[in-house]
Amino acid sequence: MEERIIIAGFGGQGVMAIGQMLTYAGMIEGRKVSWLPSYGPEMRGGTANCNVIISDKPVGSPLVEEANSVIILNKPSLDKFEGNVIKGGNLFINTSLIDRKSTRDDINVYYIPANDIATELENPKVTNMVMLGAYLEVTKAVSLESIYEAYGKVFGESKLNLLPINKEAMERGAKLIREQIKVEA
Amino acid sequence: MSKVLMKGNEAVGAAAIAAGCRYFFGYPITPQSEVPEYLSRELPKVGGVFVQAESEVAAINMVYGAAGAGGRVLTSSSSPGIALKQEGISYLAGAELPCVIVDMMRGGPGLGSIQPSQTDYFLATRGGGNGDYRLLVLAPSDVQELVDLIMLGFDLADEYRNPVMILGDGMIGQMMEPVEFKEDLKREIPEKPWATTGTKGQRKPNIINSLYLEAELLEEHNHHLQAKYEKMKQNEVRVETYNIEDADLVFAAYGTTARIVKTAIAKLEEEGYKVGLIRPISLFPYPYDSFKNINPNCKGILTVEMNAGQMLDDVKIAVEGKIPTHFYGRTGGMVPGPAEIADKAREILGGDR
Repeated sequence: MEERIIIAGFGGQGVMAIGQMLTYAGMIEGRKVSWLPSYGPEMRGGTANCNVIISDKPVGSPLVEEANSVIILNKPSLDKFEGNVIKGGNLFINTSLIDRKSTRDDINVYYIPANDIATELENPKVTNMVMLGAYLEVTKAVSLESIYEAYGKVFGESKLNLLPINKEAMERGAKLIREQIKVEA
Repeated sequence: MSKVLMKGNEAVGAAAIAAGCRYFFGYPITPQSEVPEYLSRELPKVGGVFVQAESEVAAINMVYGAAGAGGRVLTSSSSPGIALKQEGISYLAGAELPCVIVDMMRGGPGLGSIQPSQTDYFLATRGGGNGDYRLLVLAPSDVQELVDLIMLGFDLADEYRNPVMILGDGMIGQMMEPVEFKEDLKREIPEKPWATTGTKGQRKPNIINSLYLEAELLEEHNHHLQAKYEKMKQNEVRVETYNIEDADLVFAAYGTTARIVKTAIAKLEEEGYKVGLIRPISLFPYPYDSFKNINPNCKGILTVEMNAGQMLDDVKIAVEGKIPTHFYGRTGGMVPGPAEIADKAREILGGDR
């Protein structure tokens, strides 16, 4: 099995970080993994994206063209990556910042007001974690245990005091999925 | 030691330290700036020296000095910066000084782009500097191999008293993969009786030089260098081959392009095509002999590179006109995807499965 993921948004929304958490969690579970960031002459607030692969076989191309799942945090990224989801794949849209629906009818689309939920939790920085929680609830790509372990690896031991709020954000994202906001393909 | 997830550029620094390198001289340039960033932080912790030079030209000459004094030295840069280092690299080769030079290639010519490319193949394998010299050139395809080849590179540099170039690209520098630092790869650092470490009044001074005003002596030196390069050709060829004996089409690709080709191969195999791969790991010495094992009835060899066709020359030398050669490349920092590579392969194969 191979999970190919694109995560995209503005710089500062934490798209690189949740990509690294997924990659680390995959590694912890003994899978083959790669994380490839977009890099370029970007500026603060510009677009950022990363490609993550979690596989049972050695990773070939680290570039993801045909994604099983695409996690989108801002509108320009939706326009850019909507077409990369494979038929039957998953698209996660942050509706707090994106006012349009997906135009695809051959994929599973999940609408998550991630910024609003993060604001309710009084920590706008956990927007990405809400999206990650929703993603993991749908795909079960890695276990929550591995993700929590990966959190310490990515953010460092000194940030472990913030793990509870991040866990809560993930749980809110997951809950939203369980409450069937899923729009069937 | 357990696996850690590391960015390619940081892994370069960690591997160098693990290999006993204690000196780094360089100048920042995208997409390899995490190498000096990492080493500026980590080298002082192990008693090493990190110098951000005033330019690439200064950096490579600092490498010359430190290598001449017997140190294990690293420098790294990306294409335009490596171009600036060419004079120093030629001097290092002439004076037979060991060092490791990392080139995380980006689009060119000129300042070009900061995106991944493989445009320095000619520069690395044919000598970008003056004179009949060769570098040992190694091309890693993933971050683990990058670590292994850096560690091996320091040993090869010392063994042959020759600069070693690690030819990567922006993608391998920027991406993260799990790596392991294999202790068993570590070897004893050999003595360097030729180094300028101070005579202490006990011996004649050692002299590090690449200037020979007498032509006879310089020719003799050249014969010695060429004999050394022949020895590299005998002993240091490294290559990965896959299914070349009965493939209808064989890909030739190195570095990150080779792993993208592997994804294209998986697609083509699902469709019933018989395809293979030759992945040179050493670009000098080049694995010419591996091409002799290719299915003689194979329809062709498709070389894939992130340039306009440079390794293609070596593939043509290798097949001696006996097998048709094809090429697919992207330039300027564009990375070929598996789909377009597979399309090109289908075009060559026609309907034959």
